[in-house]
Amino acid sequence: MAELNTGDGGGKKGGKVRSKKSGGSVDLTAMVDLAFLLITFFMLTTTLAKPQSMNLAMPDKSDDKTKDTETEVADDRSMTVLLGKDNQLVWYMGQVGAPLEGPTKVNYGKEGIRVELLKKIKTVPARYGNDPKKGLIVIIKASENSNYKNLVDILDEMAITKVATYAIVDISDEDKALLDKEGIL
Amino acid sequence: MAKKTSKRSTKIDMTAMCDVAFLLLSFFVMTSTAKLPEPYPVDTPASTVQQKLPESNLVTVTVGDKMVFFTIADRELRVATLDKVAETYNIQFTAEQKKAFDLMDGFGVKVSELPALLNMKGSDRNKDGLQKGIPFDETDNQLKEWVLSARFAAREIHNNELKIAIKGDAEEQYPTIKKVIDILQEQKINKFYLVTGLRGEDF
Repeated sequence: MAELNTGDGGGKKGGKVRSKKSGGSVDLTAMVDLAFLLITFFMLTTTLAKPQSMNLAMPDKSDDKTKDTETEVADDRSMTVLLGKDNQLVWYMGQVGAPLEGPTKVNYGKEGIRVELLKKIKTVPARYGNDPKKGLIVIIKASENSNYKNLVDILDEMAITKVATYAIVDISDEDKALLDKEGIL
Repeated sequence: MAKKTSKRSTKIDMTAMCDVAFLLLSFFVMTSTAKLPEPYPVDTPASTVQQKLPESNLVTVTVGDKMVFFTIADRELRVATLDKVAETYNIQFTAEQKKAFDLMDGFGVKVSELPALLNMKGSDRNKDGLQKGIPFDETDNQLKEWVLSARFAAREIHNNELKIAIKGDAEEQYPTIKKVIDILQEQKINKFYLVTGLRGEDF
């Protein structure tokens, strides 16, 4: 296909030997192929390399006890989620001693905790006359045997179900006992 | 008619196409940043959140296998941070070592072992098992010093609060992550980024 060396008459007729016209046509197909292959490669690698991130704001741990940082949390608005081992979790409404609902052991994902979260995010504000300030509060307590993936998964559930108020709190002994009872401590 | 079309040449002038292709190619080559090798590659958990990690004024704390690594993503902050840490621990770094630190992405060694690491060739630094993580327990909390120094450097250079990202391994146990978060919270850093991978919308 290459047609660069045209007009090479082998020197038959003296005057006409020089190439027809300077240049001629070079077949650029292979070159274009290569260029586009590299473009595709660089395009894909640059867009995929940028990592995703998730914002996380932790409650302030100020030692200043003079300020009353404890917010009043109504029992029927707060849902506690305990992250246990083997990708399982336990949730209950209200306080650990006298839960209003639960405790129930569920899995992560669409069929697990999300069903409950979606249900609660509708029923809780309805009880307070749809006051936007009185929505569902989710308290996340991770046990020692849960892993980082579990934490990101539950935070992801918060983002999916659009729970506005949630916090990661240290696990208490009562909660540990509850997890132990469910066999996932 | 049919005879005429069959004889027509099928060659297309590719010059313009070639020009465009190489223009785009040079654009992507110049804008893309080469991915530097990490001392400890971790497998981040996936999330549906589509937010991008900021690029400037950022440090990343990588957590994996109970070890902690520190990456100063912002090159302008690197040497300034090193100077401050060197001052705290009374270690002198030579000009070559500082230059090597400026080019190094992440690391995970004790401050006392850092000069030896910087003297190595770049390709030897990321060998398996060489970097054993930055100490971050109560007796020797070097992670805290690094974060603090980087924050001071960010204040001086960018006049802005440093952004901190945590890049944890999916299988890392929660207590290790908690310890890192606690170290950050002791310095009243209550907001940080968790580096995650991409997950499909229908999760």
